[in-house]
Amino acid sequence: MDQQQPPATPLQLHVPEPTGRPGVATDFSFLHVSPAGEVRRPPVDTPHSETQDLAYALIRVLDEQGRAVGPWVPDLDAVQLRRGLRAMMKTRIFDARMLIAQRQKKLSFYMQCLGEEAIAVAHSLALKAGDMCFPTYRQQGLLLARDDVSMVEMMCQLMSNERDPLKGRQLPVMYSYKRAGFFTISGNLATQFIQSVGWAMASAIKGDTKIASGWIGDGSTAESDFHTALTFAHVYRAPVILNVVNNQWAISTFQAIAGGESTTFAAKGVGCGIASLRVDGNDFLAVYAASVWAAERARRNLGPTLIEWVTYRAGPHSTSDDPSKYRPADDWQRFPLGDPIERLKVHLIGLGEWSPAQHEQARKELEAEVAAAQKEAESHGSLLDGHIPSAASMFEDVYRDMPWHLREQRQQLGV
Amino acid sequence: MLTRTEQAKLALAEAGPTQPMTMIQALRSALDVTMARDDNVVVFGEDVGYFGGVFRVTEGLQQKYGKSRCFDAPINEGGIVGAAIGMGAYGLRPIVEIQFADYFYPAADQIISEAARLRFRSAGDFTAPITIRMPCGGGIYGGQTHSQSPEAIFTHVCGLRTVMPSNPIDAKGLLISAIECDDPVIFLEPKRLYNGPFDGHHDRPVVPWSKHELCNVPEGHYTTPLESAAVFRSGAALTVLTYGTMVWVSACAAAETGIDAEIIDLRSLWPLDIQTIEASVKKTGRCVVVHEATRTCGFGAELASMVQERCFYHLEAPIERVTGWDTPYPHAQEWAYFPGPERVGAAFKRAVEA
Repeated sequence: MDQQQPPATPLQLHVPEPTGRPGVATDFSFLHVSPAGEVRRPPVDTPHSETQDLAYALIRVLDEQGRAVGPWVPDLDAVQLRRGLRAMMKTRIFDARMLIAQRQKKLSFYMQCLGEEAIAVAHSLALKAGDMCFPTYRQQGLLLARDDVSMVEMMCQLMSNERDPLKGRQLPVMYSYKRAGFFTISGNLATQFIQSVGWAMASAIKGDTKIASGWIGDGSTAESDFHTALTFAHVYRAPVILNVVNNQWAISTFQAIAGGESTTFAAKGVGCGIASLRVDGNDFLAVYAASVWAAERARRNLGPTLIEWVTYRAGPHSTSDDPSKYRPADDWQRFPLGDPIERLKVHLIGLGEWSPAQHEQARKELEAEVAAAQKEAESHGSLLDGHIPSAASMFEDVYRDMPWHLREQRQQLGV
Repeated sequence: MLTRTEQAKLALAEAGPTQPMTMIQALRSALDVTMARDDNVVVFGEDVGYFGGVFRVTEGLQQKYGKSRCFDAPINEGGIVGAAIGMGAYGLRPIVEIQFADYFYPAADQIISEAARLRFRSAGDFTAPITIRMPCGGGIYGGQTHSQSPEAIFTHVCGLRTVMPSNPIDAKGLLISAIECDDPVIFLEPKRLYNGPFDGHHDRPVVPWSKHELCNVPEGHYTTPLESAAVFRSGAALTVLTYGTMVWVSACAAAETGIDAEIIDLRSLWPLDIQTIEASVKKTGRCVVVHEATRTCGFGAELASMVQERCFYHLEAPIERVTGWDTPYPHAQEWAYFPGPERVGAAFKRAVEA
């Protein structure tokens, strides 16, 4: 040993902690929030290596006064903006209503996307018919933004009733809507991220023009399929948008434990050779603009894009969770990027295209729409009354054709 | 009931001109035939593209069909299977290769949680018409991670089909059936049988497939139906339920012991051909299950259990199982581990003498 070296000090294991805990306010300075309009908008054919700065900055369009500023202001007219606002409001009201239904035991389980409505809703407007999303369980906005998916049908899935399109086989919120470009949700985290890359590769193999959009949360980026997806997307230059929804929390675990401390999830894309953006997920205009940028990049065969959407999981993780046990009760009020619905509302009012009275009117209409849908869904049964799909249907769709052993087991059940 | 050889002759007669092929060539022919027939068939995996696979199964396919139909993949089994599932959801019919069955474990989540359940959980909205090829089995001094037989892990998963051929004719016909099947298929290829049949006599020179009539494989398209077992050797003294390399070991044991064993090559492990099994055991009254895989909770346990449930009053002896030991697959102790003709023959004797 070299006598000149200082004596070894005992090593210490580093275990990241959130700054805020119940009763202690969160210090949100770790977010590194760029001012609205400040971050550059490169051409869509920019090489991945030149997106390094974007992976550490934060693309924002709406400023504190609700004005749209800077190079990312998207080409959206008031009709489209009002449509987006309405879809976000619908998503929030749907969530609130289903939360109550869960408390009334009409469904066994529910997961809100409170505070994250802008991401799925604005993103869905940037995609085209035939594109395929590979969502997690918190992108119901992708469905609720569409006119061709009935809320009644979604609620029937949540209630596992006689009209459940998934025949009672799936936990509530695990929707599947191929016709709406919404891949079947799995309880196993991150699995769909690589599947979205495979779907995009297939589109490229067939010389198609459709693109895929994969979704993952901050916590699940630690799963191996996240890294797998980035590698395959990069290697095969797959036409895919890789969305990381960083809502800061994976159940009770702060995003630092997922590997977000002193870095960003967008930066992981750049490291894998993928053009990457870090975007204000509560800014409807920024979400739409970044989604359009990535979609165009994919559609022009310029390769994948990773987007980290910075947002906040305002609600509990699920109806089985109590966030007051691990984070401050007023955390969302203090989150610097605010509420996506409120921010778009202020913007539209500033444009003279919306008013508090119209907002109130829209809210009432949507509440009535959701309530009516719930009433209709409940008429087809719920867990409370036992009107569920037949036990015989449990044996179907395991294989294309039912093998002898399943026919035998169905007979043993006497159905 | 047709014997294996009679069935093979029938296949020869119906499927046009034949070529002598090894199992490797037969598998390659199956890929070639399906790629030519269906533009949606794509082949990928580690080293399967330019190089043609570490066992040469995909040799020449990239050159013939282009890099968008047959290509190399990163060393990531979960990625290979996960990407294939996405492609299947799009409408392709991917055939992927896991270089050794011993290396499927990183893809377990994609196989078990995703491929197997896609159709069920989406009520048929999405399906996974994918084939996952894996060289398996021992007897080649492969040690712990080039010899395993993990079929019981797959047969336990609802939604999967598990298939294993024992000769070139079946290899091609079963692989074409697997590819054309809309369910996900785990296609296990006993690498010990790639170049020739193997009866467990490692001290004797290997006989190539060209010396056996099961090498005469039709050049064109034909299928060997899934869920159909083959009576490899008909007999009256006892029923042997087996598959893969152990079909040949069992045939050798029957010849050496002189016991008139009826050897059933299951071919499809799950779902399987229960009628052929049941009819045979009811005829013979005795049953021996033979597989390379480890014993406890191996697929043999399911076979023995089914026979017990369905043929109890016909059984004249306890059901025997000859399997690999409950240890990781060793290197130096290869032939003490591998259930060779001597161990299998001893079980036959116990079964007929009981």
